[in-house]
Amino acid sequence: MLKKETFIFNLPLFASALMNDYESRFRHFAAVKYSFFSIGLAAAPANTALAENGVAPLNYFLHSHGPAATPTMYLGWVFAALLAAIFVIIALLLAGAVFRKRPTEDPRAIGREDEGMPWIYIGTGVSTCILFALAIYTLVTLNVIAKPTHAPGLTLTVTGYDWWWKVEYEDDDPALSFFTANEIHIPVGVPVLVKLKSADVIHAFWVPMLAGKTQMIPGLTNQQWLQADAEGVYRGQCTQYCGVQHAHMGLEVVAQSAAEFQKWQDAQRKTAVAVSTIDIKAGKQLFLERCAGCHTIRGTEAVGAHAPDLTHLKSRRLIAAGLLTNTPDNLVQWITHAQDLKPGARMPSMVLTATEISALSAFLSTLN
Amino acid sequence: MSDVAQSKPDPNLTRVPEVGSAPIGSAAEMRLTRLWESAPGWRGWLSTVDHKEIGLRYLVTAFIFLLMGGIEALIMRLQLARPDQTLLTPEQYNQLFTMHGVTMIFLYSLPILSGFSNYLWPLMLGSRDMAFPRLNALSYWIFLFAGIFLYASFPLGEAPNAGWFNYVPFAGLEYNTGPNIDVYALGMVLLGISTTVGSINFVVTLFRMRAPGMSINRVPILVWGTLTASVANIFAIPSVSLAFFLLWLDRQTGTHFFDVVNGGKPLLWQHLFWMFGHPWVYAVVLPAMGIVSDALPTFCRRPLVGYSAVALSTMATMLLGFGVWIHHMFATGLPTLALSFFGAASMVISIPSAVAVFAWIATIWLGRPVFNTPFLFFAGFVLLFVIGGFSGVMTAAVPLDFQLNETYFIVAHLHYVLLGINVFPVVGGIYYWFPKFFGRMMNEILGKWSFWVMFIGFNVGFFPMHLAGLLGMPRRIYTYAPHMGWSTVNMVTSVGSFVFAAGILIFLINILISLKRGAMATQNPWDAPTLEWATPSPPPAYNFAVIPFVASRHPLWEDRLDEGGGRSSLEQGYLLMEGREMIGTTPLDAKPDIILKMPDDSYTPFFLGLFSALAFTGLLLHWRDFTVLMTLACSVSLIVWMWPRKALVQRVPDSIQDKGATHG
Amino acid sequence: MAEAMQTAQSLPVGSAGNRSGGWWGVLALIVTEGSLFGYLLFTYFYLASQTEQHWPPDGLPTLLMPGVNTLILLASSVFVWASERCIQRRQMHWSIASMVLALILGICFVVIQLHEWSIKTYTMTSNLYGSLYFTITGFHMLHVIVGLIILMMLLLWIVLGYFDDRRYAAVTIGGLYWHFVDVVWLFVFATLFLSPYLY
Repeated sequence: MLKKETFIFNLPLFASALMNDYESRFRHFAAVKYSFFSIGLAAAPANTALAENGVAPLNYFLHSHGPAATPTMYLGWVFAALLAAIFVIIALLLAGAVFRKRPTEDPRAIGREDEGMPWIYIGTGVSTCILFALAIYTLVTLNVIAKPTHAPGLTLTVTGYDWWWKVEYEDDDPALSFFTANEIHIPVGVPVLVKLKSADVIHAFWVPMLAGKTQMIPGLTNQQWLQADAEGVYRGQCTQYCGVQHAHMGLEVVAQSAAEFQKWQDAQRKTAVAVSTIDIKAGKQLFLERCAGCHTIRGTEAVGAHAPDLTHLKSRRLIAAGLLTNTPDNLVQWITHAQDLKPGARMPSMVLTATEISALSAFLSTLN
Repeated sequence: MSDVAQSKPDPNLTRVPEVGSAPIGSAAEMRLTRLWESAPGWRGWLSTVDHKEIGLRYLVTAFIFLLMGGIEALIMRLQLARPDQTLLTPEQYNQLFTMHGVTMIFLYSLPILSGFSNYLWPLMLGSRDMAFPRLNALSYWIFLFAGIFLYASFPLGEAPNAGWFNYVPFAGLEYNTGPNIDVYALGMVLLGISTTVGSINFVVTLFRMRAPGMSINRVPILVWGTLTASVANIFAIPSVSLAFFLLWLDRQTGTHFFDVVNGGKPLLWQHLFWMFGHPWVYAVVLPAMGIVSDALPTFCRRPLVGYSAVALSTMATMLLGFGVWIHHMFATGLPTLALSFFGAASMVISIPSAVAVFAWIATIWLGRPVFNTPFLFFAGFVLLFVIGGFSGVMTAAVPLDFQLNETYFIVAHLHYVLLGINVFPVVGGIYYWFPKFFGRMMNEILGKWSFWVMFIGFNVGFFPMHLAGLLGMPRRIYTYAPHMGWSTVNMVTSVGSFVFAAGILIFLINILISLKRGAMATQNPWDAPTLEWATPSPPPAYNFAVIPFVASRHPLWEDRLDEGGGRSSLEQGYLLMEGREMIGTTPLDAKPDIILKMPDDSYTPFFLGLFSALAFTGLLLHWRDFTVLMTLACSVSLIVWMWPRKALVQRVPDSIQDKGATHG
Repeated sequence: MAEAMQTAQSLPVGSAGNRSGGWWGVLALIVTEGSLFGYLLFTYFYLASQTEQHWPPDGLPTLLMPGVNTLILLASSVFVWASERCIQRRQMHWSIASMVLALILGICFVVIQLHEWSIKTYTMTSNLYGSLYFTITGFHMLHVIVGLIILMMLLLWIVLGYFDDRRYAAVTIGGLYWHFVDVVWLFVFATLFLSPYLY
């Protein structure tokens, strides 16, 4: 299935394949090729598990899934291919210059100074033309990606915190606005306007397969737009150095069909359900005592504003800003060993007894 | 010594400089030695103003900083070699990468070039010293003290930790409470003083201190490079010094420049920093490109192709370099129109680089290369220059930069630029000028080994960083997860970095061996064309026994180039030995203009440097009285320094006749 | 060849006016210091253009005292220039008198500026404008003080008889610095006191 022509056409892909882990190599080849065509056809099915099938989840150079990113990807290919070709020519010229045969001459002889200007005229002239063409292409691309072709269908605000993301879905009706964290859901095929703020230091919002990055600067509201043309999960990452846990400030964008998205939105707007059993009540009490200073759970007395809103914690795929998958075990690990998993994070490692842990887990598991 | 002061007016004020020759061993030559040599022992060591001594100190100190920065890098590469490593804590990693950047960018890359230029400028220009020898010493001492200052908090685990570009508000007091950032801020202001006075010295030296006939179109390209860098520094350094000073005020006195709550703007920092930062990037490569432009022709047995074009492109690069700082800020949410303009300008800046590249290739093509170690470094440099330039073109494309910015692609780009365009020419330059510095040749076999190990290690280490960037790896992360797909590239990079380090080690071993056992060097072992090779190896304290008269760009090749025109006169020239003297010439044509009196060795630069470093230490530690005292000590040192001296004819000489001659 | 060069001409020795290294050095110093003030004023305009605050917070600045003070500073420059001219004409007493006057005017400027500072209702830390106002004028004040020390040294050296019409480069160089300090004040003045009237 790996045809030779594919490689000839896709030199950059080949290079990328070389760089990946050996164990996933073959699967990776397949995936790379597959997604390459899917870009071309713009009709890719869900790629929910990019990370698992061997593709680097932030590999924007070979993968893009929306009109805010794809023109840039093509631009990157043209630049890379053209510059690589010119590099080869220059390297050959240099090699020729070094190794070409020369007539024997008096070893003390010195060449004339006034020769060789055509090299500079021609070399610089050609370079200037190429640069001019590249500059035009760049400016055209910049204008294409600057604005969506039609008005954004959804506006949301992402605020950077040390080291997580607060996501706000605003609505004209305040009762319908809600907060979530580290996981952004968007409907497929619709331009989404993302307003970017920061609560502390400068961060940068980057979901590379959907769009380029934009800094989140305190005191300023930046914005960018993105659009996913295929359902799937797209990884994002903070790219502006922001302190000790800059490395672990990830997020995910989940692109869904309009119906799925509506369902998700409706669910998120609900407050937490009232709790019933004794065990869960104890867990809730514990949460209110120990966690509510920072975390909010809508529908309870927990209204802390320094940390992610946990109203629908269980609905999320990942916890700790992209660090861990959201399983009950990981959640317990995170609560009790946050400082080992993410040293310096604002989340403390909680000291809890076994009973407390099970009560808290029971309570948290109701937050779906 | 004969007396030529046959003039009617006061010979202390005007005289006709005597032309003659002073071969080694002659009475005149011995007098010059007495005049120019520093006192032996620690006295001379502290008080010397000899540009060669200062140049070597710059080279050695900066190289030590390179090694320290390199060791920091290797530790980081161990941490990043595999995913999820815990060799370093995040805070340790952050301090390491910050100090690595600070060290390499501020304490290595410009100072090493200042070292070359300090040593070489007077020799290349046919002068006996720089325009301001004491200022030269001061600039070195402050550089040294600033380096120590910046490193002082490192052992305490309180080193700067906000990255070398130190964005606020992360570098503000609210998010960075320790002394880390204060050390960085004050250290940078202190270092800025050193760079500024050093730059002023280069500029004035170029305008005043050239041998007669060394007109502006005959100076070596290294001089053009350093001149351009120095002019840029004079304009750009105040920006960064101010930025750091305002940050320090914010942190220590509670002003609001960057304080978001009270209307301060974090973007102000980015503007001030990059208005400096971008010209600085060129300041640390243009002189290195000059090294290649001057030394490569020697090994190609022909003059550089397109001297004027290369000189002009050097200046054009810098001129444009002042207009592209925004390309470090493409992702800050600026309007599309501004982005278009600065993106296009950033592409235009590669045109002057193209001029230089084709000039070098043409020089090799039309020449007859001699495959000595320096040639390998310079030819290898051309290749790395092209790669670094091309990745630069990619980041200049605004939409691409939205993706590439702050990823490892940038890290790869800047290392190709800084290592490729700075370290390779520097190491090549050391191989080239080592015989001049120390009178011995460096070992060729070890030299070739060091080149190939460095070249291969460098490319194995840094090329995969481009790929890491394209795979989305952000800069400045202390670790990464295995499923991100960055494991292999990082392992390769780490291996390559250690190979590169081995190459540097071979180079160091070569230096040590060659210092002791290298073959003795002749005056001009490479048969090079420029004036520094007209002096003995190593050059005597006075550089030139007689100030030569220069008639062409390649004084030592004139017999074979035969371009018509005249021949330079190297044996016969101005004697100038009524004390330390040098001829001052006009800025463009280098016609004799004045007999300059050069200062003797002096302790003042050392003490002024020391007192200012102590004053900054006082500021850091909030020792108010101590700071005031040290500032007073600085003022007193300056007054002592500036006090008009008869020996320098800064004031009216004693032999006052009532009707002294007025000067012209 | 050497003959092509005029080698037999008589040349001045030592620090001769604008042929001296120091003259070139101080020009370079002025360029870099001028850039420093350029960046300071950029900082002012950048923050002023971005701010949502009332600007300046106290309303438009009064122009009388700063205006008078500007004239005082400019007058002091004129006297430094005159002092140098007098040396050139060997009128040493006039030179000294001129320099004394220049010094007195410079000190007047400092005193008035200190008074201006003291009557401000805000301080360096009360708001953004205060930070800018005091930092910019503070930087300038620092330069004035350094300039005054230089003028004092020049005065001392003239009194000690170090200079006459043949060698007085220090006066030229120190004077240049003082002129710079005065000219840069015009920019500071225009920025802090005049530009708020424009918007």
